[in-house]
Amino acid sequence: MKPLQDIIVVDFSQFLSGPSAGLRLADMGAQVIKVERTGVGDICRQLYVSNVMIEGESTIFHAINRNKQSYAADLKNEEELEKVKRLIAQADVLLHNFRPGVMERLGLDYETVKAINPQIIYAEVSGYGNEGPWKDLPGQDLLLQAVSGLTWLSSNRSDNPTPMGVAVVDILAGTHIAQGILAALYQRTITNEGSLVQVSMLESILDFQFEVLTCFYNDGRELPVRSEINNGHAYLSAPYGIYKTADGYLALAMGNIVQLATLLQCDALQQFTNTAEWFVKRDEIKTILAEHLLSRKTEDWLAVLEPADIWCAKVLDYDTLVQENGYQMLNMELKVKTSNGLSITTTRCPIRIDGELYTSDIGAPLLGEHNEQIELQFGLKTSNIEL
Amino acid sequence: MSRLPLQGLLVLEFSQYLSGPSAGLRLADLGARVIKVERPQGGDACRRLSIKDLWTDDSSLLFHTINRNKESYTADLKNPEDLVLVKKLIEKADVLTHNFRPGIMEKIGLGYPEVRKINPRIIYGAISGYGKEGPWKNRPGQDLLLQSMSGLAYTTGNAKDNPMPFGLAIADNLCGSQLVQGILSALIRRHKTGTGALIEISLLESLLDFQFELLTTYHSSGKLPKRSKVNNGHPLLHAPYGIYATADGHIAIAMVDIKQLAKAIGCNELMAYDQKVAFSLRDEIKSVLAKHLLTQPSSVWLQKMHARDLWAMEVLDWKRLTEQEAYSCLQMEQTITTSKGKSITTTRCPIRINGERLYSSKPAPQLGEHTEAINKELIKGK
Repeated sequence: MKPLQDIIVVDFSQFLSGPSAGLRLADMGAQVIKVERTGVGDICRQLYVSNVMIEGESTIFHAINRNKQSYAADLKNEEELEKVKRLIAQADVLLHNFRPGVMERLGLDYETVKAINPQIIYAEVSGYGNEGPWKDLPGQDLLLQAVSGLTWLSSNRSDNPTPMGVAVVDILAGTHIAQGILAALYQRTITNEGSLVQVSMLESILDFQFEVLTCFYNDGRELPVRSEINNGHAYLSAPYGIYKTADGYLALAMGNIVQLATLLQCDALQQFTNTAEWFVKRDEIKTILAEHLLSRKTEDWLAVLEPADIWCAKVLDYDTLVQENGYQMLNMELKVKTSNGLSITTTRCPIRIDGELYTSDIGAPLLGEHNEQIELQFGLKTSNIEL
Repeated sequence: MSRLPLQGLLVLEFSQYLSGPSAGLRLADLGARVIKVERPQGGDACRRLSIKDLWTDDSSLLFHTINRNKESYTADLKNPEDLVLVKKLIEKADVLTHNFRPGIMEKIGLGYPEVRKINPRIIYGAISGYGKEGPWKNRPGQDLLLQSMSGLAYTTGNAKDNPMPFGLAIADNLCGSQLVQGILSALIRRHKTGTGALIEISLLESLLDFQFELLTTYHSSGKLPKRSKVNNGHPLLHAPYGIYATADGHIAIAMVDIKQLAKAIGCNELMAYDQKVAFSLRDEIKSVLAKHLLTQPSSVWLQKMHARDLWAMEVLDWKRLTEQEAYSCLQMEQTITTSKGKSITTTRCPIRINGERLYSSKPAPQLGEHTEAINKELIKGK
């Protein structure tokens, strides 16, 4: 039995933060019903990226919303709102990521929903929380990266502040809201009571920086300084970073510089015998190392470093990664089918339970695809009301 | 807070460094009692790993950050007498986590099949670097190496830069988060079925999952994602998405219609482009924009863009962020006193339950600080 079998999630969320949480809950067995605006749906359906589209919808919509159902409703229409409320009355979880005030205006705020269903877990993701001067600003990933200090950690010192090239704030906020939902569901098994669970993208991205922020708080509030070349982590000593070789790139994590000097036959590095210098003089050390590593191929360096248990790796892009046995063994790719018969390759749930991979082949729903089915399952049809 | 959601749960943490321990920290903040089972000699190796050479008591500030709100129990797992005691603890536990390389726990006699015999209700959470099979299984599961091998290093920085890592331990952090999700789901199931579970996750799978949008696009198009040449923000996104220098700082501009942007900031040269070419000509568009934005300070641009509801924000560093009311009203910081009387300020759990923020004043433990008390309470005391 999948762990979340029988759990019903009514998901009003759009784009990525909330929907990525919904996806994980669906993967672990929950029935996730996207409640979408009639005629338009989750705005992510129209978010074209990279000019790659599937059935006129963005590829990323299909990646994020596989294994879910779609119920289209106009929440401003009283009759339809009433149906949605009856659906909520039978749900275990409600999830949304509207800006503060929107659910209140729709009449679906926590207090109202709690009155309909006291056992519900009501989960919301906001950009900046429900109070303060930024509460009504758009909770968009890049903007959150920008205001949270995160952009001063990647790339080199003289570069612009540099964002991380994946929607890291959305994804982390999604994992945090999923954690909160699951913890509250667990608690409900004991207390029989529902809860309100809230996460903001700003708090999530601060949490992600907890180690380095704690350093900042306790070290006279000194700002991080990225290394001038091959920066891997603003707080770590040489050699931490990615280096160009004669034919590709090599990553070197924490390592002993003197040992590296010997293994790589790089005499210029032998002088750095004092471990404190590995941080203070990291730019100097990394410059020497970067120059030296250019002289041979990645595989040649690995052949010397790996047997000595040095923490190193070749750097792969997707083309090279997917050809590696270490990747193929994971069976990470998942083929899903939409009800139109279109087949898409995406990734599966990364969590294995009891040795099993969870690989549902259900694709993303068409807008309103499951209205009929859901009205039947939850008795939402007008004729059922009178029963 | 009257009752935390995971109150009453007992977690044994054999994990070290960041991935597993970050999961333990979240479970602790949500109410579980987390006991670190550590080697008598040195304990969690993270105790000796510092950043900026910052130490608190005998352990690094880093260790204190990751392991607050936990207890420490020392046991030499190679010593049969200690192992007997640990197995007694396992009898009482709800959850066990470890992030040893594949085979280590089995060698000790604490693989899932043995542990399940001791306690069939236990949720056994195991983190590996690359899974427990295949050619990479014994490779070091270190964050930068995983970023490098998973394709992630080709998402950040500009097209001509070296592959560029995220400047934080993203693999560790995500893997810890996903372990928490797996553990909590299994606890919910246990309530219905009475049986425990094995939850396994690798750092590599975590990072592939993280790139699911990029990988799905890659599988559909057969083409590698390309970072833009200038001001790259996200390889899949069109102009103007990115961070730009201004006359006095930097601003971030997210998804914004090119024509609207051109009007808002009064850039005639930009008027030559429209949304249809926002992806195909993104480098050209971004270069025009980058040049124009250098002419005025950030506040001027932001005012013009915000007046038209365009998605842009100023780029802040921590000093300026922590001075903002929007930051202080979160009350994200908490001060904790260690058992030797030293105060440290750190962050709190990012999840709010029933409108309340979750704080915990319990510091990270000294090595073996709770061994005796735990022996009395959980092992000999029943």
